[in-house]
Amino acid sequence: MIELRDIHKSFGANRVLRGVNLTIPSGSSMVIIGGSGTGKSIALKCILGLVTPDSGLITLDGKDVTKGDRDAFLARFGMLFQGGALFDSLPVWQNVAFRLLRGSLKRPKAEAREIAIEKLRRVGLKPEQADLYPAELSGGMQKRVGLARAIAAEPEIIFFDEPTTGLDPIMAGVINDLIREIVTEMGATAMTITHDMTSVRAIADNVAMLHDGVIQWTGPVSEMDASGDPYLAQFITGSPDGPIEAVR
Amino acid sequence: MSWLTAFLAAIGRAVMGGLALIGRLAIYGGATLSHVVHPPIYLKEILQSLLNVGYFSLPVVGLTAIFTGGALALQIYSGGSRFNAEAVVPQIVAIGMVRELGPVLVGLMVAARVTSSIAAEIATMKVTEQIDALVTLSTHPMKYLTVPRVLAGLIMVPLLVGVGDIIGILGGYVVGVRSLGFNASAYLQNTFDFIEARDVVSSLVKGAAFGFIATLLGCYYGMNTGRGAQGVGRATKSAVEAAAVLILAANFLLTSIFFSL
Repeated sequence: MIELRDIHKSFGANRVLRGVNLTIPSGSSMVIIGGSGTGKSIALKCILGLVTPDSGLITLDGKDVTKGDRDAFLARFGMLFQGGALFDSLPVWQNVAFRLLRGSLKRPKAEAREIAIEKLRRVGLKPEQADLYPAELSGGMQKRVGLARAIAAEPEIIFFDEPTTGLDPIMAGVINDLIREIVTEMGATAMTITHDMTSVRAIADNVAMLHDGVIQWTGPVSEMDASGDPYLAQFITGSPDGPIEAVR
Repeated sequence: MSWLTAFLAAIGRAVMGGLALIGRLAIYGGATLSHVVHPPIYLKEILQSLLNVGYFSLPVVGLTAIFTGGALALQIYSGGSRFNAEAVVPQIVAIGMVRELGPVLVGLMVAARVTSSIAAEIATMKVTEQIDALVTLSTHPMKYLTVPRVLAGLIMVPLLVGVGDIIGILGGYVVGVRSLGFNASAYLQNTFDFIEARDVVSSLVKGAAFGFIATLLGCYYGMNTGRGAQGVGRATKSAVEAAAVLILAANFLLTSIFFSL
């Protein structure tokens, strides 16, 4: 279980997180929604230690994430980045098997390649695409490779940062289905950040809405539409009228 | 008096900014060197960096050195003829290339070619979240990106300086023998008789220092880039500017030290 307790983070005068409290139960899929610039990605990066919170406590299974063996902590995570964040200088299979080619999870090269090809197949890519470079792939394919990399080491927890941004609706649907299937079959804890309500409905067990640096509403996805929360209702409908200020 | 206060404040800000940068660079350099001696060491990345910094810089270093050596021979001949000292061309070309021009020109060419490439590559990795991805894949960015490049700078730039020195002297030799009428064997004899071991040592030490500066600054500015394409451009420009200035400053410092020995 991941818990965020009263997390604050500012960049200069910009107070992005102003006391975020959130619990993500093990084995569940939590989707965080909210407008652009509300600090969703920052919250996610705080958990991974990519950004250090100004104050507050983040725990994983009751233990402070800033204490203990960092490599062992990170080995429990997989992450799909918004733009893929694939390494340009490495072929696709080496991107996927990156963790399996070095460090504590190192395997023989042939075995790492075999695992990479199997993961690529799992996300709908062909073995012959394993030797291409990321620049030779379309945006949708890059997302799939990013997804394959995120699951390559069979992590317990997977983070997805805007998994469908920049994709056409059909490809977005494919990625959403893949995420849901993979999370279910691996029994992983998932945390997804998105603006896309179709993704929310496809991926989430639970939803949290971040606005003004705090969690405005959180609950099961089945209760989202009838929540009665004006912020959430406006976000779901995409209406310019409501408590969330729309800049025109 | 307000303009005077503003003027002094601007100077103060610039000085404080410069000192802060030197401090940050010293910390970054220290951290890099400490990672060199702590595993894991990424051998494949080190070999790749040795190729990029050393082997692929050979053409530009060679061309720079041969033209500079040739021009130096012409200038010394022309200047020396004013007081009947044309005969010292081999000795002055040798000492000028080995002690000063070889290391400085190679350092500056490496700053132009390698520092810019390192800064742009790492800065692009930073803005496209590839550095964050490295961290989530349990790979320390300093070990994976900075250490191989700085090690390559420390190892390969002295070798490039050695090659540059030889090619520069060769450039002077070609001009001396073909255009200025020097006897070929006498030219070479004068060159080798005049160069001392300490000249070569100072040249190689300068090369190592300049290689360290050029690669470290490329990595530092890349890692600390601003956002977007503008950030990458600014990081690359700042890295090359800072590397060039620091190489020239380090050259003065090292020359002063060798001069006093």
